[in-house]
Amino acid sequence: MKQDKIIRVILMTVACTAILGLVVIAVFIFKEGMPIIVRLGGREFFLSADWDPKAGRFGIRSMILGSLMVTGGAMVIGVTFSLGLAVVLTEFSPPLLTRILKPVIELLAGIPSVVYGFVGVVTLVPLIQNHLGGPGLSVLAASIVLGIMVLPTVTSISVDALHAVPRAYREGSIALGATRWQTVHMVLFKAARSGIVAAVILGMGRAIGETMAVIMVSGNTLAAPRGLLEPVRTLTANIALEMGYASGDHRQALFATGVTLFAFIMILNTIALTVSRRQGQGVRAT
Amino acid sequence: MRLAPVAAERLVVAVLWIMAAITVGVLFFIIAFILAHGLPHVSWGFLTQSPGKMGREGGIFPMIVATALVAGIAVILAAPIGVATAIYLTEYTREGRLTAAIRFGAGCLAGIPSILYGLFGFVFFAITLGLGLCVLSGALALALMVLPTIIRTSEEAIRAVPPAYREVSYGLGSTRWQMVTRVVLRSALPGIVTGIVLSLARCIEETAVVMLTAGSAMRLACSPFDSCRPLSLHFYILSREGISMEKAYATAAVLVIVILVINFFAYWLVHRFIGKAGRHV
Repeated sequence: MKQDKIIRVILMTVACTAILGLVVIAVFIFKEGMPIIVRLGGREFFLSADWDPKAGRFGIRSMILGSLMVTGGAMVIGVTFSLGLAVVLTEFSPPLLTRILKPVIELLAGIPSVVYGFVGVVTLVPLIQNHLGGPGLSVLAASIVLGIMVLPTVTSISVDALHAVPRAYREGSIALGATRWQTVHMVLFKAARSGIVAAVILGMGRAIGETMAVIMVSGNTLAAPRGLLEPVRTLTANIALEMGYASGDHRQALFATGVTLFAFIMILNTIALTVSRRQGQGVRAT
Repeated sequence: MRLAPVAAERLVVAVLWIMAAITVGVLFFIIAFILAHGLPHVSWGFLTQSPGKMGREGGIFPMIVATALVAGIAVILAAPIGVATAIYLTEYTREGRLTAAIRFGAGCLAGIPSILYGLFGFVFFAITLGLGLCVLSGALALALMVLPTIIRTSEEAIRAVPPAYREVSYGLGSTRWQMVTRVVLRSALPGIVTGIVLSLARCIEETAVVMLTAGSAMRLACSPFDSCRPLSLHFYILSREGISMEKAYATAAVLVIVILVINFFAYWLVHRFIGKAGRHV
C-alpha cells in the first residue's frame, strides 16, 4: 500500500536521528579538539602534566590520572555496597521490604548531581578534614560522593540480573546442602556475572562522566594527587571550570579534553554492549 | 581458621544487612538533610519573586520559569522523535543493519556524559547555528541527551503489547498505521508516558549541559532566544560562589521535591497501568 510505504519512509528518516545525533556530536567535538592534539603531539598533550593555558601549555596527564583515581575509588565503594544491597534485596530480605525498597532506591537515582555534590561539601568534606587531615576536598571525598551516586543504578541493574537467574539454580544448590550465602557467591554470582559486569561498567561510565558533583568536592587543583586525601581535578571538571572564559587554543584544548573523555566512554560502552549481548544470548540458550 | 559454613552464613548475612542499611540510610539522609535545611526558607514569596543582589535576596521565580521552559521544550522536541523511532524499530521493520545501527547510536548517546552534550550544544547550537547561549540551545542539547531514554522506554512499552492485539486489529481490516495508532500506542501509552516523564526529570536535574548552553541571566526569559538560568544552575552558582547558603538550601529543597514528585508520578503510572509486567527504568 502506498500510504504504508510513505509512513515507513517518514518513520525511518526520523529514526535515523539517533545515528545522526551521535555522528554530529562526535564530528563537532573531534573537529574542535583534534587540531590541538595533532599540533602539540599526543605525547605532549596526554603525557605532560603541565596545564598552563596562559603560557600555551596544555598537558592533561594529571586530569586523566585524577579521573581514573576518582572513578576507581567510586567503583570500589559503589560496587561493594550496591552488590551487598542487591544480594540482600533479592535473597535475604522479606518480599514486602524488597517491594518497598527497590522503587525507593530507583527514585533516588533522580536526585540532582549538584545536590549530591552540595551535601558532600557541607557534611563529608569537613568530616574528612577534621578526622583524616588534608583540605577535605579530595580524591576520597569525590570517590565517596560518586560511589553513592552510582549506587541506585548499579543496585537496580544487579537486582535485575540476580532476579533473572533461574529458580532451579537456587533450588539445586540448596538441595545439595549449600547454605544460602554459599548459593549466592558460588552459584548466583557466577550465573548473573555478565549482568553484574554490565552494571559495573555502566556505573563506571556514570562516574567518569560525572561533572557537577565532582567539581564541588574534589578541590580541582592542577597538580596530580599523590594520595587519597589530596585535591584532584578530573577531565570533566577541567572542561566545566574553564569553558566559561576560554578562547582560542585554550578552548580547543578543552575540547581536546572532551575528545579524551569521549574515547574513554566509547571504550566502556563497547565493552558494556558486548557483555550485555553475550548475556542476551546466554538467556536465550537456557 | 575456616569458619563453619553456617557460622560464615550468619556473619555474612549480618554484614550484608549492615551494608544495605548504611546504603539506604545514606540515601535517605541526603534527602532529609536538604529538606530539613531548605524547607524552612521556602515560602510563597520565594517561589514567586525575582532574585535580588545576585540571588542573595528575593526568590527564584525566573529560574522556575527557565527550568520549565528548557526542560519542557527539550521533552517536546525529543518525545515525538523518540516514540517515532520506537514505532519504526518495533512495527515497521525487521531486525537488520539499519536497526542495529539505530540501536548502536541510541546506546552510545545514552552513555555520553552530560558535559559532552554541553560542549556539543555550545559549539553546534550556540555558535555554529548562531542561536547563542539561550533557552533553545539548552533545550536542543537536552533533547538529544534524553532521546535514547525515550526510545528505549517506548520500545519496551510497545513490545509489551500482546501480539494478539495486532492480529485482531489486522483481522478487523485495519491498515498497519491504524493498528499502530489505535491499538498499539493506546495500550503502550502508560509505558511511553513514564519514559517521557522520567526524561523530564532528567532534564530538570541536569546542570552541566545548561551551564554551557543556556547562559546564566537571572532575568525572566520571555522567548526561546533569551539567556536563562535554570534552577539547578542557580543552585550551583549560589552554593559554589558562597552567595547565600540559605537560598541555596531552599533552591535545593525545591529541586529535590520537584524531582521526587515527578519520579513518584512515573512510578505510580507504571504500577497503576502496567502492573508487574512493566519494568521500572
